Amino acid sequence: MIKKLSRRKFLQGTGLASGTLMLGVQFSPALANPASKLEFKPDVFVSMDETGQVTIISHRSEMGQGIRSTLPLLVADELEADWNRVTVKQALGDAKYGSQNTDGSRSVRKNYQKLKEAGAIMRTMLQQAAAQVWSVDPAQVQIENHQATYQDQNLDFKDLVKIASKLEVPARDSLRLKTEAEQKYVGKPNMANIDGQAIVTGTAEFGYDVDIEGMKVAVIARPPVVFGKVKSYDAVEALKVPGVLKVIELPTLKPPAGFNMLGGLAVIAEHTWAAIQGREKLKIEWDHGSNASYSTADHEAVFIKALEDPKEVVRARGDVAAANQAAAKTLTAEYHVAGLAHATMEPPAATARVTGSGADKMVEVWACTQTPQASQGNVVGTLSIPQENAANVKINVTLLGGGFGRKSKPDFVAEAAYLANETNLPIKVLWTREDEIKHGYYHSPSYQKLTGSLDENNQVTSWYHAMVNHPISSTFNPAAKTAGSTDLGQGDMMFDVPNIKIALGETDTFMRIGWVRSVTNINNVFAAASFVDELAHAAGQEPKAFLLNMIGDDRVEDFAADGFKYGNYGESAEQYPAETSRLKNVIELAAEKSGWGEKLPEGSGMGIAAWRSFLTYIAVVVKVTTDGNQVKIEDVHMAVDAGKILNPDRVKSQMEGSAIFGASLAFYGEITAKEGIIEQGNFDDYQMSRINQIPDIHTHIVTSDALPTGVGEPGLPPFAPALCNAIFAANGKRHRRLPMKDLRLV
Amino acid sequence: MIKLTINGKLTELNVSEEMPLLWALRDVAKLTGSKYGCGKGICGACTVHIDGQAMRSCITPMSYAMDKNITTIEGLSEKGDHPVQQAWLDHHVAQCGYCQTGQIMSASALLARNNNPSDEDIDNAMAGNICRCGTYPRIRAAIKDAAKASNKASGESA
Repeated sequence: MIKKLSRRKFLQGTGLASGTLMLGVQFSPALANPASKLEFKPDVFVSMDETGQVTIISHRSEMGQGIRSTLPLLVADELEADWNRVTVKQALGDAKYGSQNTDGSRSVRKNYQKLKEAGAIMRTMLQQAAAQVWSVDPAQVQIENHQATYQDQNLDFKDLVKIASKLEVPARDSLRLKTEAEQKYVGKPNMANIDGQAIVTGTAEFGYDVDIEGMKVAVIARPPVVFGKVKSYDAVEALKVPGVLKVIELPTLKPPAGFNMLGGLAVIAEHTWAAIQGREKLKIEWDHGSNASYSTADHEAVFIKALEDPKEVVRARGDVAAANQAAAKTLTAEYHVAGLAHATMEPPAATARVTGSGADKMVEVWACTQTPQASQGNVVGTLSIPQENAANVKINVTLLGGGFGRKSKPDFVAEAAYLANETNLPIKVLWTREDEIKHGYYHSPSYQKLTGSLDENNQVTSWYHAMVNHPISSTFNPAAKTAGSTDLGQGDMMFDVPNIKIALGETDTFMRIGWVRSVTNINNVFAAASFVDELAHAAGQEPKAFLLNMIGDDRVEDFAADGFKYGNYGESAEQYPAETSRLKNVIELAAEKSGWGEKLPEGSGMGIAAWRSFLTYIAVVVKVTTDGNQVKIEDVHMAVDAGKILNPDRVKSQMEGSAIFGASLAFYGEITAKEGIIEQGNFDDYQMSRINQIPDIHTHIVTSDALPTGVGEPGLPPFAPALCNAIFAANGKRHRRLPMKDLRLV
Repeated sequence: MIKLTINGKLTELNVSEEMPLLWALRDVAKLTGSKYGCGKGICGACTVHIDGQAMRSCITPMSYAMDKNITTIEGLSEKGDHPVQQAWLDHHVAQCGYCQTGQIMSASALLARNNNPSDEDIDNAMAGNICRCGTYPRIRAAIKDAAKASNKASGESA
């Protein structure tokens, strides 16, 4: 669909241009004085050189969500650029781009407007430049596919760049943005991944692949228990390994963990294998510290006790206790989701080089980071660089071999900078798989208790949802005992129930907790959407109809009316209202496309679940066949309403990925600690779903004019409950604990 | 010095016999297309062809690779247009892309010995390759297309 400039058009353009002063620039770029090389840059996100080549800045990190291919489309489309004459350049960490923190499924919604405007600014200036050349009104000049046209005259962008660069940059509110009908790239299927060719030929550069002059490799033996430390060590044997250069002790970590280094001993070597061998030869006596008292199995009793007595009520409506008393039927169920690791295919990796000293100290980092600005701040803090010299720390962002939230915690960047500074050598810190699994920022194990009541007409009269986990906030504030927020999959429920209570239990934390793709939506939506299904069966009703009835009439959910300060993912309720009509619509769409309601053979079943998370509405239908303890996922249908869609194929790929991520956590995802030490370490004891276990996944996208929202995370939460509801439909067995270790995914 | 042929080129690498082929390729031969994922041969990210067979380079010592023919992703095709690579692009298989070179090496080895693989053949050949992003359905579709494309090409040349 991307047109190459035809030769005829090219000749036309240059022929007409020959009457202008731009000719020399066109045909003799080699003769141009390099010192006067023009860069037309009316906005930080887009520039053009004298050849008309457009450079668009990707300021967000690419980790598989397709952002490097998607955001530039917005700019190129508004600019009317020929996609074949566009280069995408990855930004350094720099506050001038605004937030670069690539998480929270918000890259599109946070940048949609400003990137459209960036393209429109350049287009408008090129249009004005052409109008000047032809002495006509700018409105009479057409801009299309890298060309300006007036009547039968054409000028290529390259012929206009010099004039345009001297014009005043137009005000943002004066810009005319393209209508949807005028768009050529945005919203179109099959837009190519700009890194596709590099990926399939092995030339794409990930954090693990960075290689700079004189670089050495570091592998670190970190304290097995968080806040533990090295008591004593013997590196004699390690240093005998050919290629091992040094062993360096890292500073001991003190609470709060934040993004600080974990400490331990770094083995610096000529190459990775020597560093790994050297680490194995280290003899270390550890002081495990107080977190060695923590074992996941023992802490279950603490969690369950806290769940019975939640201290913090976050959303309340009516009187749940009275409703339960008056009910025809009351149902209670408890759910558990185990701790989870990110398990990015590429473990964390960062390379750093330190030059100069004092105020002239410069640090350059190359890392697979989701957040270059936080990485910069982390290096500044780690090396005690004065804040006014923060710009001396340059963060280059490579491609990320998966992120899922792990690479937004730049502890690994701090390690590389620290070791480069200590050794005066360029250092690449590589985490092995065991490092990644054993020293993560985990999704906490969680426990949730739900109670619901039904009246004689099988209407739900009360909804109670309590949850307890190790809160993420504890990583930054060790005194934090609750999540503090129920925004993700708990308080944000959109059921029309007269009596509601949403509460949080308290507990201490003994490891680093962090956000993993979709965060507490994983456990909360698993519990809530499973419980809706349980209520439906208790009421003897068809689950989809029951779910739609629970959501109720078309309305905008008014969370504030229940005294609930809902954060709405940082957006205003006016711009991004929680609309029940959109939630019901995706349920109907997923049901229709999946053949919901059809008669299935014995042992087969379909399950449905839906939630609004990250401002995106998603419904999932899963079909399974069970045979004893074996489960086969036969079919998955995902309906998604994410507002306006920029890159439909990448929306689909995120839905496919979410379902498969969900299958992994539902059947295998379990991180446990024993005496503070994580028991899992690799893909043998922390397993992933595999190709033979995964069917085709069908994504159905709602056409919408609403503001665009994100798709990286919201597909995940409804998957596991839809799966478990399907298993119940197939064999009558309710699974309330994830992973389902008694089942085998085939 | 260990001698082996990498992507058709006789190469000598100054590494120990115990070093896994993966690290010799990445750190010494500077071919970083083969990826580290687990170090135990259980994720497939490091897959290369050794005398035509798909093997896990992270658990293959140099003593085994010695004197053999190694093909890495960098040498799979001259112009990056092997039917499997082309099918990967056509189906927009990659998300993050990290595991995909290993996936492509496993898939191309499968097609070299079976030009019309069934779903079961694909499962058997590909179940050793993990993709955390979740590209499995597209991998399956791309392999089927690549098989068709290869058959068509060989039919035309015959």
